[in-house]
Amino acid sequence: MPTIVVDVMPKAELLDPQGKAVTGALSRLGVDAFSAVRIGKRFELTVEGEVDDEVLATARKVADEILSNSVIEDVVGIEVVE
Amino acid sequence: MTARIGVITFPGSLDDRDAQRAIRLAGGEPVALWHGSHDLEGVDALVLPGGFSYGDYLRAGAIAALAPIMAEVKDAAAKGMPILGICNGFQMLVEAHLLPGGLIRNAHQQFIRRDQRLRVENNDTAWTSDFATGQEIIIPLKNADGGYIASESELDRLEGEGLVAFRYLGVNPNGSLRDIAGITNEHGNVVGLMPHPEHAVEPGFGPDTPAATRSGVDGLPFFTAAIAAVVGAAA
Repeated sequence: MPTIVVDVMPKAELLDPQGKAVTGALSRLGVDAFSAVRIGKRFELTVEGEVDDEVLATARKVADEILSNSVIEDVVGIEVVE
Repeated sequence: MTARIGVITFPGSLDDRDAQRAIRLAGGEPVALWHGSHDLEGVDALVLPGGFSYGDYLRAGAIAALAPIMAEVKDAAAKGMPILGICNGFQMLVEAHLLPGGLIRNAHQQFIRRDQRLRVENNDTAWTSDFATGQEIIIPLKNADGGYIASESELDRLEGEGLVAFRYLGVNPNGSLRDIAGITNEHGNVVGLMPHPEHAVEPGFGPDTPAATRSGVDGLPFFTAAIAAVVGAAA
């Protein structure tokens, strides 16, 4: 069954407290390969049947209006996976 | 007339009964309303209470902002009805786009509860007219997602138009930009804040003051102001 994957991230210019906490934990563990960690959300929308333009448009609308809040987040990806 | 003030209960609301009690102590008649209904039961004003509606899933207040009764809340807001969002209610108001900006996880990642000093920045609203602008008050604060954010240009607009209603004093408890604790809309009828006025309305059960333990009642004027606003409007 096809799935539409929506990725949402906190806006780049805003503090991401969760990411900052993980960055701090990695640093304490001596993992120094990564200078920063940011944490976002992945939504998987299951579609019964075919993903046509109408379904994709609905996914985009839902992603922009409900799954994300444009004041604090950006929709960074909408992708169809089988 | 007696002002009838509705308090909407959502799944996961915690402070709805406290808000009802505050309204009663201020001299109004509280009306319990339900999120799943489309009926505001003719109330004169509304409180969206604190809590963790829908477990704060998706984003704090996000799913509650889509509740059936929110259609009527938006209509009432546009018509000038006094609406107060406290904590989770404030989060609902920004998610419903009735107030600008957003609320994110506290900068220090912890839930915080403290008696919080605030400065009233704008007393020209339905919920703050019983304060003086510049007045300092102390009411309890308790939240995990209380960091107020907006773009720099939006923050400048809020400051320029006097829409910052309350600012944190002493300690910024959650990383809110420009120490913003609460804001109002342009008409002054919709106000949201993270701290809890409904928990500071009765001596013996409020925050500590220099005078006596738990004697703080700085939350009561929020409710007396709204009652005066709707009684005055009806007269």
